[in-house]
Amino acid sequence: MLKITSLVKRYGSGDPVLKNLDLEIAEETVVSIIGSSGAGKSTLLRCINRLVEPTSGSIVLNGTELTTLNRAGLRGARRKIGMVFQGFNLVDRLTVMENVQSGRLGVLPTWRAVMRKYPKEDIRRAYELMERVGIARYANKRADELSGGERQRVGVVRALMQEPEILLADEPTASLDPKTSEQIMQLLRDLAREFSLPVLINIHNTTEAKEYTDRIVGMRYGRIIFDAAPEALDREAMDRIYSGTPAAERGEYTPDPSFAVAAS
Amino acid sequence: MTEQIFDHWARFTPAQRVMRYSVFLLCIVVIYWALTSIEVIWEWVWGSPQQIADLFGRMMPPDPSNLGKILVVLWETVNIATIATAVAVVISLPVAYMAAQNTTPNVATLWLGRFILVSSRSINTIIWALLFVAIFGPGVIAGVVAIMFRSIGFVGKLLGEAIEEIDNRPVEALEATGASRFKVIVYAIVPQVMPTFWAVSILRWDINLRESTVLGLVGAGGIGIILQGAIDTFNWPEVATILLVIIALVILGEVVSAWLRKRIL
Repeated sequence: MLKITSLVKRYGSGDPVLKNLDLEIAEETVVSIIGSSGAGKSTLLRCINRLVEPTSGSIVLNGTELTTLNRAGLRGARRKIGMVFQGFNLVDRLTVMENVQSGRLGVLPTWRAVMRKYPKEDIRRAYELMERVGIARYANKRADELSGGERQRVGVVRALMQEPEILLADEPTASLDPKTSEQIMQLLRDLAREFSLPVLINIHNTTEAKEYTDRIVGMRYGRIIFDAAPEALDREAMDRIYSGTPAAERGEYTPDPSFAVAAS
Repeated sequence: MTEQIFDHWARFTPAQRVMRYSVFLLCIVVIYWALTSIEVIWEWVWGSPQQIADLFGRMMPPDPSNLGKILVVLWETVNIATIATAVAVVISLPVAYMAAQNTTPNVATLWLGRFILVSSRSINTIIWALLFVAIFGPGVIAGVVAIMFRSIGFVGKLLGEAIEEIDNRPVEALEATGASRFKVIVYAIVPQVMPTFWAVSILRWDINLRESTVLGLVGAGGIGIILQGAIDTFNWPEVATILLVIIALVILGEVVSAWLRKRIL
């Protein structure tokens, strides 16, 4: 279980990007986080594995407080947190197998990592997972020879190789075409069931969010203003999540009412 | 707000334009001043075609009687370049790592790395060679060390820049798996700078081949020593042979490095 309490993130001395955020994710739920660009979705996700350092607040994953861990402790905690990225973030010049095995780097002895001497059980697990998502035949190909959808599957397998306790996905489908995008969402949902994983997905496509996730969290300028089952996301809720501009939110600028889009 | 359509656009404001013309004029003045301030003995310049013809006449035909000895020192020259490049490339790896802003452990190592690069690069190979001939005495060792010292800066600088230009996203992804710093370097940074590493190493070997031919002029081994000897004794036919051999070597080096580049990259 993931429990976030009073999370604040401020870059420099400006306005906080996350303003006193509270969020609880139970086991085995697929949660999507929606909101306009700049709402703080990505920052929220990155605070969990501390790719972004939270300013204050608490994040507890299965009983471990993450915000106070030292470097070694943080590395240990990160091994349990899988992450999938919008740009896939693979190492292009390495093979698919090396990319997949890099999910094990946290636990792999250094000499094995350098010599590419992966343990048998890791290789077996990699083949099983690659078979499961349909990329096993690419094991010896270089990552940059694959298409977008295939590359994201490599990214997903890399995260699963960690045997994570939670999976974070930062706009995993934003660089993909609609069809592939749906396949990846389907895959994430199926894998969440199979491995009983809680999954947190930042997403812009609300149709996909409704179709493939169990719960939708709506963010607006650093606050959670919607948190309910997908059915509850109606027109009115969408307007609340997506209206306004960051400047208006800070009270710096009042938009000309004549520019407002008439509610259809 | 009132509607207004503009039909005038200029890339620079009048003030900017005046500034640009002034700088242009200043450049011309500086070049003119530089040209008039150097002392040229024009008679010697006009007499040069005659001198070229005279020297060429004395070099013809090249004298191959010493060719065996020339080829031996030529081989020595190739060895100086190759050994020095190999050692320099290995040493430049940690230096590049320290001098790149995104990998250096702290500010002190950053400046240490940059200091090594700058001091290595700002001193010409021949000057390094003069220094090491004084330390090691004349011979091959001085040449190897001189070329090495100059090459560390060159390879380290270009490699450090390649490290700074890598795509940081895979690095972030591997940090998110809980991998140690060293493993992140091996998996996310090394593969990205590999092509640059090979390209720069081959280029530097090519340059070192040419530089090692003149090392002998200051006594640091290689073919330059007999070249100097031949010039000192006015043995122009042998000078011609040596120059031809050097040209052949440089062309061969060019061919080999082009082939390597094609094979590796």
